[in-house]
Amino acid sequence: MDSASAPFDSALFPEGTRRCKLRWFLLWLAVLHGPLMIGVIAMLMCWGLALNVTNLNNNYPFGLWIAADLGIIALGAGAFFTGFLRYVVKIDELKHIVNFAVVIGVICYASAQGMLGVDIGQPLRGWFIFWHANVHSMLTEVAFCITCYFMVLCIEYLPLILEQRQINRLGFFHGMAHHLHEAMPTIAAIGVFLSFFHQGSLGGVPGVLYARPFAFREGFLVWPWTFFLFILSAIACGPCFTILITWITEKFARKKLVKRNVIDILAKISGRLLVLYLVLKTIDTVYWVSTAGKVGAPFSSFYANSPYGYWVLFMELGILGVIPAIILLSEKARKNENILILACVLNCAGIFMNRWIMTVQSLAVPVLPFDSYVGYHPNWVEYASTLLFVWAGVIVVSISYRYLPIFSQEKELNP
Amino acid sequence: MFPFAFEWANDPVHFVFMGALYTVLICLVIILHYCGIRAFLDLICKKKGHDEHH
Repeated sequence: MDSASAPFDSALFPEGTRRCKLRWFLLWLAVLHGPLMIGVIAMLMCWGLALNVTNLNNNYPFGLWIAADLGIIALGAGAFFTGFLRYVVKIDELKHIVNFAVVIGVICYASAQGMLGVDIGQPLRGWFIFWHANVHSMLTEVAFCITCYFMVLCIEYLPLILEQRQINRLGFFHGMAHHLHEAMPTIAAIGVFLSFFHQGSLGGVPGVLYARPFAFREGFLVWPWTFFLFILSAIACGPCFTILITWITEKFARKKLVKRNVIDILAKISGRLLVLYLVLKTIDTVYWVSTAGKVGAPFSSFYANSPYGYWVLFMELGILGVIPAIILLSEKARKNENILILACVLNCAGIFMNRWIMTVQSLAVPVLPFDSYVGYHPNWVEYASTLLFVWAGVIVVSISYRYLPIFSQEKELNP
Repeated sequence: MFPFAFEWANDPVHFVFMGALYTVLICLVIILHYCGIRAFLDLICKKKGHDEHH
């Protein structure tokens, strides 16, 4: 591209890459700001008029925000798990996608914290959980680990900013990026430690609810089985989310950004982990059904309330579990891009459904003889303030893709 | 929560829980400072080498 036809901001692009004209990029950002502003209004309503503008109530203190929070954190597991595979297990090919996994991770964890900021109603008291920490609470552990892991992700994101073409010209920033890369295995190991505990503790929260047979599980030492199932499900779906977002970015950019063999490695690992998860989840479900029945909570009582019928279980484990697992395990199916993306979509939808079941459906099942079933449907304020972080995430991906050297194979794939 | 806060109790749970938090935070601060100092030293050494060369 000659200098006359190059976009106005072409000096900021990664070396040897092409991007659209600046006006189209700004128009794209402006379009995204429309729904984003609706989300901001919803968020301000929650803060200004309190949570009674939502459909949360005493029956459902956990609603869409918490379910989405848990889902987003599970999807963000692609960052720590890809980092673990790249820097600890030393799968070298993953260096071509680990940067993008970090970007996705930063967005997911920032979104999760943002949603919690809306959900707690009084964000000015958000620091109470650190200063007045209840050290016996799994949620405190989650808050600590998520905050620390977000810091880890920001440190992992920092070299990408420092390697931006113009910033990297400055000697100090060039050196800083280089030394951060050298320290990355240690940073990734800290990330794995933190992620292991907060992914697990998110599962531990419903698992320790002794008075709710739908969610309660026995376990190992202080950890219910849901602790381990949540970790496993997160690392099984996180890489699929990374593949999915990479594919969407490729479609918008109208070019290949990552080689197929890199995607295939992630998909294969994801498939094997998903199979392991499904086996353990099935054993857990069978054991849970048999023990809950013995203590007076028959299986049928869990699925007696519309819309939470037996279809929920069939959908979660069957359509959104077994089908993507079969696709991800089959080399022939993985080679077909459309089928692979379908598997990724089903896998990610499955994780969201699992998190919804473990939070919202757990609260929906009546536990006392005089209790009656009360339904919950999120209202527009909850939807808009949740989607706010999706739009913000799209903006971050767009800016990162345009200006930062995220895809190391882009130049080679698009000469 | 620091050990001098009134809610602090000298029990294993507090030491493990808060100890792990502060260990992670200290590790991150050390890593960032280490990289920053190394980058700064690289810059100084490079400049010196550059001056000597000329």
